[in-house]
Amino acid sequence: MKKTVFLGALTVAGLSAAVASAATLDDVKARGSLNCGVSTGLVGFAAPDANGEWAGFDVAVCRAVAAAVLGDPSAVEFVPTTGQTRFTALASGEVDMLARNTTWTFSRDNDLKFEFVGVNYYDGQGFMVPKALGVMSAKDLDGATVCIQTGTTTELNLADFFRTNNISYEPVPIETNAEAQQQYLAGACDVYTTDASGLAATRATFEAPGDHVVLPEIISKEPLGPLVRHGDHEWGDIVRWTLNAMITAEELGVNSSNLSELAAAPTNNPEINRMLGTEGELGAMLGLDADWAVSALAVGGNYGEVFETNIGENTPIGLARGLNAQWTDGGLIYSPPFR
Amino acid sequence: MSDTNVSYVRKEMLAEAAPPVSEIGPVRWVRENLFSSPLNAILTIISLYVIYWVVGHVAPWTIGGIWGASSLTECREIRDATVGSDHGIACWSVLSHRWHQLLFGYYPSHLYWRPVLALLLFLAGLVPVLYPDTSRKLLIVSAIAPFACFWLLWGGSVWLPVSTALGFVVGYFAFGLATRLISPLAGILAAIILPLLYWYFIAGDLYAALADTVPLGIEFVQSRDFGGFMLSVVIGLSAIVLSLPLGILLALARQSDLFIIKTFAVVFIEVIRGVPLIVWLFTAQLLLNYFLPPGTNFDLTLRVIIMVTLFSAAYIAEVVRGGLAALPKGQYEGADSLGLNYWQSMRLIILPQALKISIPGIVNTFIGLFKDTTLVVFIGLFDPLGIASAVRATTEWNGIYWELFIFIGVMFFIACFSMGRYSLQLEKKLQREHR
Repeated sequence: MKKTVFLGALTVAGLSAAVASAATLDDVKARGSLNCGVSTGLVGFAAPDANGEWAGFDVAVCRAVAAAVLGDPSAVEFVPTTGQTRFTALASGEVDMLARNTTWTFSRDNDLKFEFVGVNYYDGQGFMVPKALGVMSAKDLDGATVCIQTGTTTELNLADFFRTNNISYEPVPIETNAEAQQQYLAGACDVYTTDASGLAATRATFEAPGDHVVLPEIISKEPLGPLVRHGDHEWGDIVRWTLNAMITAEELGVNSSNLSELAAAPTNNPEINRMLGTEGELGAMLGLDADWAVSALAVGGNYGEVFETNIGENTPIGLARGLNAQWTDGGLIYSPPFR
Repeated sequence: MSDTNVSYVRKEMLAEAAPPVSEIGPVRWVRENLFSSPLNAILTIISLYVIYWVVGHVAPWTIGGIWGASSLTECREIRDATVGSDHGIACWSVLSHRWHQLLFGYYPSHLYWRPVLALLLFLAGLVPVLYPDTSRKLLIVSAIAPFACFWLLWGGSVWLPVSTALGFVVGYFAFGLATRLISPLAGILAAIILPLLYWYFIAGDLYAALADTVPLGIEFVQSRDFGGFMLSVVIGLSAIVLSLPLGILLALARQSDLFIIKTFAVVFIEVIRGVPLIVWLFTAQLLLNYFLPPGTNFDLTLRVIIMVTLFSAAYIAEVVRGGLAALPKGQYEGADSLGLNYWQSMRLIILPQALKISIPGIVNTFIGLFKDTTLVVFIGLFDPLGIASAVRATTEWNGIYWELFIFIGVMFFIACFSMGRYSLQLEKKLQREHR
């Protein structure tokens, strides 16, 4: 044991004795911190600020889970992962969960053996064109040059879309979003295509955002959500219901200003009581404290508040709720009941 | 005849006249170098125009840059208010806002003195090695520096580097004793085996005991918090320092007559050299995770340092092999005829000459290695380029490119240029001594 500790300390990270337990919850509790895989930097979703503090829409999920499990939203180790390294990091146990704008697909769920616990953002691939081009619909784009990131699903979606509509295009392959912005602004391509949230974030950085329009067509389904490893259902449930608690809180009108009041004593809404632990034993069923949801919601508020602070219409990114509105408002955001 | 007084013969010497203006100073230099022929004159004028054009466009952008803003939008507002929106000017504010992250990554800001001190200590440790004129006693600084740097950078208990370093002390004394009492071969074997036994069986308990009795340490910093130029320098310098001895050993092994050693060296060099560095980095990041027992967390930065070291060692080995091959055979035979054994002849005669020949190649490899450290961005480490894109991922600075890339470029240029200058100086000095 001492030997292991020594070697571990030597490898700097602190090699805790290799406990091959499947219970992620126990590991997280023993470690005292949650290892959460995030993007290396995506506007609005995950980015470190000037003090190195991570913030963003995906980061908020990590913090809520950490608060639910450990009672401390800052007990998170953010592990930046790239598109190539994210799945290995999760599969090998380097991170406990991944909240990294990852699209829920069949093969990722089944072939790569992951468990998507829900959807926190419904995205889809869109097109951005200069207003001066006078294009109103993606179907008018016959013969256009299109800036497209290589090696991504967006490339395949684009080919599918143009083939089904029987129109031609000329791809301009680019490597990163940064490069795409420069190429598009320099006029190397007529159209830039990527996820609609990315287009909005990119357009927000332009000198004259009003000169560019995002076309109405959305040509793919990109449900983004947090994911965990197959096989540890207790842990998956914790992450799933933390996300659901944020969603349900918005639906039931629980927000950061009335949270402490509602959590203090049972209200006349039994579902709020069950969720906030003033009634029933839901926390114990997850293996957590009764006030787990209160801690999770205290971090950044409910789903709607997190959306508004990070990517909503009052931020420079300015995304409308759209598909990501509550089901009661005509969106797709829907949580099973707390019962 | 002797009295003839010829009026047209000058009797006294003329005073020295100054050379014509066109033959001295700047005028001559300009005539000779810039306008020596009509073609050259035309080329000079074209070049001057190009320089004027480039500077005329770049200088206002650079010098007129805005420093005080807190976001790109604010930069644009200031620019519109001062020079108008049709002028592009730099927004250097991103540097004044985020310079600390570009330099130190996410290292805790109240501990910035530690990496700075570590770098100074490292340079101090380098002096006795690089400048042989300094006192030999200073070598003790060089021996301590790596452990002190490790401790300063990562922090934690002071006893960890101390108990590790003791292994080398064990090896040193074992070598001395066994060489004197038994034989040189026994000395080498003892110097390898005893420290390994010490690290495996004793060091852990010693560390635990020391840490329990005298808890002495500084704040521990995770390597995940390393970033920016600090990360590049840590990876680059560790790999440089470790790969040179390893590379020399590999070069000697490749020249060896012992079949197994030679085959091992050849296979190692060819395999490492035959695969791109980025593949090795992905191996370090992805594959090793599967081979290690689950739950193990072998530090990623350390994995990267090991991979980069091995990669650069293979290149150094080939450079040094070139130096060894360039030595005339007479040098090897001369060493043998003096009755020196293998290690003595290598240490005293062969390697000093071979390494001198190899200096440009070695420094070239090191410069390449230092720049290659930016490849770690692909495995999710925050090298300067990674930090730049993380800075761009915030809503304040999304959409800013040139300013960050120029800063990173300048920093790398300074580091690589100094290395190049040092190698030139070293070459000149060694040439004087030997010819």
